[in-house]
Amino acid sequence: MAYTVVGKSINRVDAVAKVTGQAKYTGDFIERDMLVGKILRSPYAHAIVKNIDVSKARALPGVEAVLTYADVPKIKFATAGHPYALDPKHRDKEDRTILTSKARFVGDAIAAVVATDELTAAEALKLIEVEYEVLEPLLTPEAAMREGAPLIHDDCERNILSSYGYEIGAIEEAFQEADYIFEDELETSIVQHCQLENHVSCAYVDSDGRIVIVTSTQIPHIVRRIVGQALGIPWGRVRVIKPCVGGGFGSKQDVCLEPLTALMTLAVGGRPVRLELSREECMIDTRTRHAIKYKIKTGVSKDGKLIGMHIAAISNTGAYASHGHSIAMAGGTKFRILYPMKALKYEPLTVYTNLPVAGAMRGYGSPQITFAVESHLENIARKLGIDPIEFRKKNLVNVGYVDPLNGNTVRSCGIRECIEKGKELIKWDEKKARYKNQAGTKRRGLGMACFSYASGTHPVGLEMAGARIVLNQDGSVQLQIGATEIGQGSDTVFAQMVAEVLGIPVDMVHVISTQDTDITPFDTGAYASRQTYITGMAVAKAALEVKEKILDFVWGMTDIPAHALDIKEQNIVYKHSGEVVMPLAEVALHTYYDTVFARPITSDTSNNARINAFVFGVTFAEVEVDLKTGKIEVLEIYNVHDSGKIINPQLAEGQVHGGVGMGIGYALAEQMLFDEKTGKPLNNNLLDYKMPTIMDIPDIGVAFVETFEPTSPFGCKALGEPPTIPVAPAIRNAVLDATGVAFNRLPMNPQRVFEKFKEAGLI
Amino acid sequence: MKPVPRIKLKVNGQEYQVEVPADITLLELLREYLSLTGTKEGCGKGECGACTVLMDGQAVNSCLVPAAKAEGSEVLTIEGLASPDGRLHPLQEAFISEGAVQCGFCTPGMIMSAKALLDQNPHPTREEIKVALSGNLCRCTGYAKIITAVEKAAAMIAGEGRG
Ligand code: FES
Ligand code: FES
Repeated sequence: MAYTVVGKSINRVDAVAKVTGQAKYTGDFIERDMLVGKILRSPYAHAIVKNIDVSKARALPGVEAVLTYADVPKIKFATAGHPYALDPKHRDKEDRTILTSKARFVGDAIAAVVATDELTAAEALKLIEVEYEVLEPLLTPEAAMREGAPLIHDDCERNILSSYGYEIGAIEEAFQEADYIFEDELETSIVQHCQLENHVSCAYVDSDGRIVIVTSTQIPHIVRRIVGQALGIPWGRVRVIKPCVGGGFGSKQDVCLEPLTALMTLAVGGRPVRLELSREECMIDTRTRHAIKYKIKTGVSKDGKLIGMHIAAISNTGAYASHGHSIAMAGGTKFRILYPMKALKYEPLTVYTNLPVAGAMRGYGSPQITFAVESHLENIARKLGIDPIEFRKKNLVNVGYVDPLNGNTVRSCGIRECIEKGKELIKWDEKKARYKNQAGTKRRGLGMACFSYASGTHPVGLEMAGARIVLNQDGSVQLQIGATEIGQGSDTVFAQMVAEVLGIPVDMVHVISTQDTDITPFDTGAYASRQTYITGMAVAKAALEVKEKILDFVWGMTDIPAHALDIKEQNIVYKHSGEVVMPLAEVALHTYYDTVFARPITSDTSNNARINAFVFGVTFAEVEVDLKTGKIEVLEIYNVHDSGKIINPQLAEGQVHGGVGMGIGYALAEQMLFDEKTGKPLNNNLLDYKMPTIMDIPDIGVAFVETFEPTSPFGCKALGEPPTIPVAPAIRNAVLDATGVAFNRLPMNPQRVFEKFKEAGLI
Repeated sequence: MKPVPRIKLKVNGQEYQVEVPADITLLELLREYLSLTGTKEGCGKGECGACTVLMDGQAVNSCLVPAAKAEGSEVLTIEGLASPDGRLHPLQEAFISEGAVQCGFCTPGMIMSAKALLDQNPHPTREEIKVALSGNLCRCTGYAKIITAVEKAAAMIAGEGRG
């Protein structure tokens, strides 16, 4: 299909505001006399508050309110940013109150103060006297599941939050049928989002007595509901406003600050309060990525076909449930489409521990399981002595395949082309031959890894999106969406879609970037790489409705039937000849001011997308490993994606760059460290945590295999999260190729690599 | 109570005299007292570079500079980079056209660090650009398009003969 705006690298609609410092983020809403909120955090990983005395803090001049667990509603609520489930069985685990009398990790929120300024608030925290009864900290899933271990939450036996898995086919039969059986154990580390903007919320009570919360979130409509639930007030009494967001990556697909901020403003008579986390706080008391351990057993036939796979997983979800139960399942679901096999059994355990809360993070369980499975497949290929690419190709999915459990269908699939492209870009064959017999202390190697992922959450979650378009007097339009721009570029691609349908330039589509639950159409928000695909359907629907109304109006003005008309380059034209009938602006003016027929044109629509689309892709990496220092350098890296039709190539490439950067950090450096005895965080700051700097990222090659996904009006599919998914296993497989050493644990930092080389007798 | 000094400084070409608490940083002075919120805080500890501004031509982490230290100095923030007539600086134009902006939270600091570089070294290599920006973290872009944008801005400035 020939598009004029879709598929073009137009500039971001918010770029000028962002390069001039005009873009307003939550922290930029500075009101005079805004009060400052601060949280008192537990110094113990597991402890019961026996006594708390806040009298001295209350008496400090400048302190406006002090809150403890005794002052918060006795309501347990869930924080995960999912749509509300009408069916109580499908609700998220309600396991926390706004402040707690039982600390479940170092940093858990025990009390809070509201004061006139930062210093006074910090001073007041020091004056709160707490007496703790310290309990045994359970810092690993093994410790937490041990017989007789104390319970972190009373209602979860052996601290297991959930154990929901599945079995496709008969796994034992499959293993009997297989010619070879392979087993591996692999594990990933706890990492953190490190979005540049820390979590921050402001709240006040308006003149109607409603709580207004300005907050840095990916999910404003969900925040409204959860604040209502946590405070036990009608949801309509909460208004949530989401301005520019300085990155989220899933950490803001969770309701971390808003209920407490709402409570703070209520405690001071509705005056504005700001609660802003420091980087140190943000890294321990928002969300992290689950560390997961896998045991994988796979049956393979002589000719390299996968017959059956058994995956047992133990996921460390930290102190509260957040998304934990759902992440284990999502990871175990989205990967399985890539290599259909006779039998697949997945047995995950999601376990509470006394560590920071793990939640949603870019890829939502897929980076973990993809690291495990793609590393495992590489090991198998080596042991069988078959080419790892040929091995994967023998087992890849085809168009038409239907997931046996959720019914989602592969309608477009470019994975084979992605692999071919990546192979060619990195010069696989040539380099493989060149690196065959290496000696010396610097060795090079090549690796690759594939992934599959989904576009949104259907059929597990509701996929609702809303869009509103208003035709202005000059032929331009406003576009409002409930979907949130958090840096990924969604506002821009929606503007392109509207411009495409309405035959107007992008700069005549005014996107209202701020979401305000009072005004904005309902949409569940930015997660699961859903917006371009799912919200795109609602945007297209609204734009088509506006177009139809415009052409109908012209019919009334001219007697030319609507079906004979089209809109091109801001003109109403004859569809067949392109001959101009009249300018769109003239029609628009008549819709407002024709004394007889005026009827301003709008569309306000929503779309319940009961569909999903699979995306695929691959990373190819070339590394150089220094045997003496354990340093791994990524020399070349290419990500090739099938995300369907690419709406804006430059933005899409930017998503891939960022995702690959995050994947390189995951592979080689990043991990949250805790004292093994006390659970105290050791590196919750940007200096010690070691997220990649500009010096750590090599040039990143990006390519797209543009299939056309028939379920999307523009042929597009998910792209936001996927680039991160296959990076770590590709690098790991390249290191294996270079050195013969199979790493089964992330990250592969110099210390760990060095130790492993020693163990392997390489040095 | 600590004394409230009056600080005199020039920001984006404009003279200011402000009374601020003795212990605040230049970042707080800019954001909270002058309402120049374009400069961002990502850590408050000198680790991320989001708060970078130019002080007497040098790139500094404004979260580490006591406001009192800015007495008598000339500060340039992201708000002061475009010409008074609204024409964007080549760095701003290049960040837009190269797609170097995503969430935009690191962008003001990145651009100011890049400005300091180009003022001192109008024709940097990619390696020199990396070194100059190594104190500025970005989680969104993988840095690729940022490097290209700085290269492009350097070429634009050379072509235009403006700085
Ligand atoms: S805020 Fe100043 S360096 Fe991070
Ligand atoms: S653009 Fe988001 S941190 Fe750089």
